[in-house]
Amino acid sequence: MELQSKYRTLRDVPQLDYLSPGGSLCAGCGGLLAVRLFHKVLGKNVVWVNAAGCMTIMVNYPLVPLKSNWLYTAFASAPAGAQGIRDALDILIKKGKIPESEDLKVVVVTGDGAAYDIGLQSTSGAIYRNLDFYYLCYDNQAYGNTGFQVSSATPVGSSTATTPATPSQPAGNIQKRKDLFEIWRAHNPPYIATLSSSYAVDFLKKVEKGSGFRGPKLYISLAGCPTGWGYDPRETIREEKLAVDTGIWPLKEAVEGKVRHTVVPRALRPVEEYLATQARYQHLFTPTKRIDVIRQIQNDVNSYWEGVADREGFDIKLVET
Amino acid sequence: MTSTRSMLMTGNLAAAWGARLGRADYIPAYPITPQTEIIETIAKWVRTGEIDAKLVQMESEHSMLTAAGAASLAGARVFTATSSQGLLYALEMLYNIAGWRAPMVLVNVARALAAPITLEPDHNDILAARDSGFLQFHAETCQEVLDLILLAYRVAEDSSVLLPAIVNLDGFYLSFTREKVDLPSEEDAAAFLPDYKPVNPFSASNPVSKGATVLNGALYSYFKYHMHASSLRARDVFEKASAEFERMFGRSYSPVETFMADDAEIVLVISNSFSTIGKQAVKRLRNRGIQAGLIKLRMLRPFPSSLVARYLSGRRGVAVFDQNISLGFGGIIYSEVLTSLYHRRNRPQLILPVIGGLGGKQITIEEMERIFEATKNELGSESPEPLFLMRSEELERTMNLVKTAKEVHS
Repeated sequence: MELQSKYRTLRDVPQLDYLSPGGSLCAGCGGLLAVRLFHKVLGKNVVWVNAAGCMTIMVNYPLVPLKSNWLYTAFASAPAGAQGIRDALDILIKKGKIPESEDLKVVVVTGDGAAYDIGLQSTSGAIYRNLDFYYLCYDNQAYGNTGFQVSSATPVGSSTATTPATPSQPAGNIQKRKDLFEIWRAHNPPYIATLSSSYAVDFLKKVEKGSGFRGPKLYISLAGCPTGWGYDPRETIREEKLAVDTGIWPLKEAVEGKVRHTVVPRALRPVEEYLATQARYQHLFTPTKRIDVIRQIQNDVNSYWEGVADREGFDIKLVET
Repeated sequence: MTSTRSMLMTGNLAAAWGARLGRADYIPAYPITPQTEIIETIAKWVRTGEIDAKLVQMESEHSMLTAAGAASLAGARVFTATSSQGLLYALEMLYNIAGWRAPMVLVNVARALAAPITLEPDHNDILAARDSGFLQFHAETCQEVLDLILLAYRVAEDSSVLLPAIVNLDGFYLSFTREKVDLPSEEDAAAFLPDYKPVNPFSASNPVSKGATVLNGALYSYFKYHMHASSLRARDVFEKASAEFERMFGRSYSPVETFMADDAEIVLVISNSFSTIGKQAVKRLRNRGIQAGLIKLRMLRPFPSSLVARYLSGRRGVAVFDQNISLGFGGIIYSEVLTSLYHRRNRPQLILPVIGGLGGKQITIEEMERIFEATKNELGSESPEPLFLMRSEELERTMNLVKTAKEVHS
């Protein structure tokens, strides 16, 4: 039985915001949007533990937009910072040195560079120790903060500053993304989900649902990146929605390891519709259309959803290639 | 002075007792030789309920120090220990923790750095942390290990300091040497070191940001200047705390210890466990009528420059024993001693650099005596020859091993 959620329509998105307006991040930052939504569900008693990335710039002394606590740690070890804070709060409450009303939800917030690459060891350690914390990865699919270099979250076909499309490498990046969801799932945390702010109700429900579990709660949120992906900042929600509707960004969760897709498009839209809107994929369309690469991306999406539809028992209309 | 009980204990055990009598709440840990006995001891105490603390074994020293600093900011009193490669692996976090102003205490069991990899000590590990913002206290004996940990918490947590501290002890020479150690009672330790009162910890009622970005060099300089000023203040705070420590426990600790130095013409500057051998050499030389003396650096950060200058000004010759090597330059402490003396009108005629004891290489009393002789011989010299201590039989044995290796592999 599913628990009744507080969040059923967009009208249920809480008005109360824990981030003040303004701030020093790029206009249209999908990562910031994810942080805002996440915070709305968790409420004010939060300590964010951050690793180097775009969000680091958000807390810019003395202009701190947060109405909650913040710690910048280092690139590789935000989950270990979360461990220290969680343990300290537990000890201090147990010893009666602070009242329970001073307890905080401990949330790691990192980009994909930290989550997929340099911080994977400390993430693995924290999950292994069954740390009671939230991990929010805003996945803009590259090292966005340093100027959009390839990360192990960068999709096939994307050009980045370090994998530009050239005559010898016409596809741009040719490495497949690491499957971080499955890497995390192999550690057996109680709750994992993917998110996109474009499906806000699904987003809020998942944060709410995860809150019901003690232990590691892990979230990978797609984070549209106007500067890195190359689109108009006002289009972030539209881009993220296209990613979901083309099947490129599946929205799913794993409760105690059991995977379920939470948003299933009845018919996938062609990936081409998504790729064509972003500068990072323009080399697939001009000067000549790289049908081979586009087809490869479409085939990967199709085979993913075919498998899922089979396992979870739903019908989905794939795109013919 | 109150009654205490004494126990034979290793330097590592003394360090664990430092954490215990300091009532550390939280000990993130990671094993590394020769430090392991410290965390194993504490882990056992936690499991038997002898101390009310949490120990968590992390997946690396980098994470261990991150957890340590973060827990300290949340309001726990934090203790941890590492060594050598572990300290270097965590070095990035030392800078962060100091910048967070988290007053935790870290014990380093000194061990030389790879490559070649070895288990025995010198001070290149601890001196690599010299510029991080951590205060540094260096122990000669097991008793000092314990006492300096209590003092380190007092100084680190002082509201005019608020910087983390490292207590250093030499691997093998101290970590595994048993000595008689006087244990303060829990009540006395608590009277000397009250509960940790964190300044602006993470909280629901009063949210704070730590480690915020500054996108401005002037702001960055402002923060760094404050850390520097706080570190300098730590010397006075240490001296006051140490006076109280002496009243309570009868043991006196100054940032710089002098040994037969009042009328000494030739003075050896040294730190850590080899000081004991240096003191033996001084005694022998005194018996032969030579005015030798020694000063031991107990505090390396802040560097007690004015004390060093006060004790060394007017001497004929000074030798600085560095158990470390800054490759391409020489001894690290040598340059700090030189700097402390440069502007003194009556600075010594000669300051001789000596490097010895790298990778735990034994130094005999005779070799220590040789340092004083070399200093005398070089008096008046414009560019003294640095002294690299290695006995001829050690060199011969080393060359034989190199020869054997060539034969084995040919």
